[in-house]
Amino acid sequence: MNTLDSKIPPGPLAQKWTRFKNEVRLVSPANKRKLEIIVVGTGISGAGAASALGELGYRVKNFCYQDSPRRAHSVAAQGGINAAKNYQNDGDSVYRLFYDMIKGGDFRAREANVYRAAEVSNQVIDHFTALGVPFARDYGGTLDTRSFGGVQVSRTFYSKGQTGQQCLLGCYSALNRQIQKGNVQIFPRREMLDLVVVDGKARGIITRNLITGEIERHSANAVVLATGGYGTVYYLSTLAVNSNASAAWKAHKKGAFFANPSFLQIHPTSVPQLNQYQSKLTLMSESLRNDGRLWVPLQKGDKRPPNGIPEEERDYFLERRYPAFGNLVPRDVASRAVKERCDAGYGVSETGLAVYLDFRDALKKQGRKAIENKYGNLFQMYKTITGIDPYEEPMRIYPAGHYTMGGLWVDYELMTTIPGLYAIGEANFSDHGANRLGASSLMQAAGDGFFILPVTISNYLAGEIRSAPVPLSHPEFEAAEKTAVARLNRLISIKGNQTAGSFHRRLGKIMWDHCGMTRNEEGLKKALVLIRELRDEFWQNLNVPGTIYELNQELEKAGRVADYFELAELLVNDALERKESCGAHFREEYQTPDGEARRNDAEYAYVAAWEYTGENTPHVLHREELKFEEVELRERSYK
Amino acid sequence: MKLTLKIWRQKDARAKGRFVTYELDDVSEKMAFLEMLDSLNRKLVESDQEPVAFDHDCREGICGSCGIYINGHPHGPVPAITTCHLSMRYFNDGDTVWIEPWRAKSFPVIRDLIVDRSAFDKIQAAGGYISVNTGSAPEANSIPIPRKNYDNAFDAAICIGCGACVAACKNASAVLFVSAKITQLALLPQGRVEARDRVRAMVEKMDELGFGNCSNTGACEAECPKEIKIKSIAAMKREYYKAF
Ligand SMILES: Cc1cc2nc3c(=O)[nH]c(=O)nc-3n(C[C@H](O)[C@H](O)[C@H](O)COP(=O)(O)OP(=O)(O)OC[C@H]3O[C@@H](n4cnc5c(N)ncnc54)[C@H](O)[C@@H]3O)c2cc1C
Ligand code: FES
Repeated sequence: MNTLDSKIPPGPLAQKWTRFKNEVRLVSPANKRKLEIIVVGTGISGAGAASALGELGYRVKNFCYQDSPRRAHSVAAQGGINAAKNYQNDGDSVYRLFYDMIKGGDFRAREANVYRAAEVSNQVIDHFTALGVPFARDYGGTLDTRSFGGVQVSRTFYSKGQTGQQCLLGCYSALNRQIQKGNVQIFPRREMLDLVVVDGKARGIITRNLITGEIERHSANAVVLATGGYGTVYYLSTLAVNSNASAAWKAHKKGAFFANPSFLQIHPTSVPQLNQYQSKLTLMSESLRNDGRLWVPLQKGDKRPPNGIPEEERDYFLERRYPAFGNLVPRDVASRAVKERCDAGYGVSETGLAVYLDFRDALKKQGRKAIENKYGNLFQMYKTITGIDPYEEPMRIYPAGHYTMGGLWVDYELMTTIPGLYAIGEANFSDHGANRLGASSLMQAAGDGFFILPVTISNYLAGEIRSAPVPLSHPEFEAAEKTAVARLNRLISIKGNQTAGSFHRRLGKIMWDHCGMTRNEEGLKKALVLIRELRDEFWQNLNVPGTIYELNQELEKAGRVADYFELAELLVNDALERKESCGAHFREEYQTPDGEARRNDAEYAYVAAWEYTGENTPHVLHREELKFEEVELRERSYK
Repeated sequence: MKLTLKIWRQKDARAKGRFVTYELDDVSEKMAFLEMLDSLNRKLVESDQEPVAFDHDCREGICGSCGIYINGHPHGPVPAITTCHLSMRYFNDGDTVWIEPWRAKSFPVIRDLIVDRSAFDKIQAAGGYISVNTGSAPEANSIPIPRKNYDNAFDAAICIGCGACVAACKNASAVLFVSAKITQLALLPQGRVEARDRVRAMVEKMDELGFGNCSNTGACEAECPKEIKIKSIAAMKREYYKAF
């Protein structure tokens, strides 16, 4: 395949989704009973989709690697979820939410998909509320909202600092109802090892039972990947320690194009690294920037404690550089500004790799109770980790790898380049361009899962009613299982003397140093060499004790790290190929005199969709040109 | 600092487990407890020994995966935190640390420190939901909810399903866990519709799965990393009696 058909429905932007729904092919209730769908992932997108598909009457099999679907990493989202309800009467609308996302994404997302995500956002809030998700409320009993970065309206619904947990548990409850009814079968502690493609269509998956080690085959009429992001390519990130790219990567190697892999969001406010053994970075929600102010001392190397530094000797660098948005600039902008100050020698704490996030003024103005109500658990968490009380002293924060805008390429129907294979939630690339705005991922994941995929998938399944079932003994199942087992055997029989984790840590460092908040050609080329060297060492010196056919956590890690070596290379190549700065992708060669990103719309207004061509042959780039019919491409300014 | 670790090692549910002693001499107080275990595992793997198996994922106190019984307490001696948030600054040079899995009949050991908590999912599937199909929800603000109800529902809703309450209870009872969900949904108008059926189904399932009875000792509340209050147990009992 060499042309990408994004299948955007014709007609005016605001009517595309309605038009699509009016014209989509349907599957009759009796036929739905005969159709099986595999959903890999139980996060907000996966559990949302599995429950909605179950309600429709399809037979659903739902997989996750955790011991319970309730633990998918959506659970960790803190700050909130956007919707265009305009409950504040502050001028919000579907169009404005759409526009903020397109602009926030630095004009590298597909208009039609983004508009649809904004359009279904209100239904998402209605559905979560009906499911019993406790969103924050005003005294009159109506729903409260707050502001997030990159926008000037208040459209973010929240449950204190546990919005992701509450939304995920809402999805989990809907999923449980379908499990109870027998419409969904749940398979926890399973790792997807490969996708099975029969006659060009996705027809099943190979999994490993993480308790017994047993290799299993599952067939279906369609496969949905809802496997989350790959931020752990940096090793240290705000993702769960076991988050991985493996399912998406295996699908990629079976023919699904991978889009914009280098668009990786680095979140400005996370607890900085405290020690060299650290296994994970903890996010401090963006919502904190509603009331917290970022600053560094005006004097280089000022060692006074923060509260001893007088007002006139503080540099509130975001307010200084971006007066219009101040502390609420988008994440990519804030992260780079933090890095700039630290690189210039103004960073604080022992390492110099931190800046202050200060609540002094907000505490004075609003009182402790109000701040506690909004951010109580985040303050508590910060204190638990660092031993410092943010009610007394400013937080110290530093950027961390957080979210992947890139992912499997999908068309308007959320189908990848493999017929019958879908990707939803963070695993796809579609809605956030080169930078995601806060609180729009839960919204997209829930929109994809509950409201979009269940509609679009019937367009495909309507044509599958007559497809013969694929027996588990089909040669494609045999072959996929054989490849998966061969790879596990290869990992286990190296018998070197280093752990998968130590390779992961070293790979992460290469990626962070050379393909992180800023990138340049020389560094990226160097990274390619370093990744290959480390990868060779991995395949010679890894040690995985135990066997395949038992619980073996080292083997799980090794498989994920092995895939990360391959993805890392593609990521760097993607960053090399894009000779412009946009959103989170900041190429030092392409910046304005005052250090802002310089986009190149004439040459790079496209989605880079990469095709895998084989172990020893280079990836092939396919370009999906982005046509902007509704919005005018502008320089993205928050000044 | 130097530590002596006494870690429970058990191959699978049927095998007999035992404590194995490990010495670590380079533990930093800046490490998290699980990072200390990571460093032990790294040493074990580098010398081709079986690492200690334990569940963990988010490592930020919210997914509920981690759960280790440390020096006689679920999630260790510090109140109101999960194992993954436990810092080594709470330990001293020369300490001996006892490290065990949750122990409860309904949570069989899978390996070492990993137990099977799927009974919790089964209880939730028995009725821990509001029956509303996607697409049929009313406009969100058409269901106003008094602030107080919201606050109380939220306080119950933050349960992470880790199982510490069961591990802490001498009867291995799951009532704190079950009551949290029941309380959350019973406080919301949209949850009232099925309140009767829900409480009956969930309590019945809990009993069927072999969890013990509540004897009002309060150990669950004391050990809950999310500080879920036992007043939710009282609320559940009220709901339960109303349901017949
Ligand atoms: C700390 C943090 C805070 C955040 N805060 C916000 C916020 O306030 N607002 C917002 O909108 N967004 C936020 N985000 C982003 C948002 O939470 C995620 O993008 C979103 O929840 C992703 O949902 P998902 O369904 O795509 O994937 P996930 O929830 O990550 O689920 C992935 C699922 O896939 C399964 N899986 C993965 N690999 C495999 C495999 N190989 N085999 C089998 N199963 C597999 C996992 O078991 C899991 O069930 C935050 C993210 C982080 C990390
Ligand atoms: S690992 Fe998620 S709560 Fe501890």
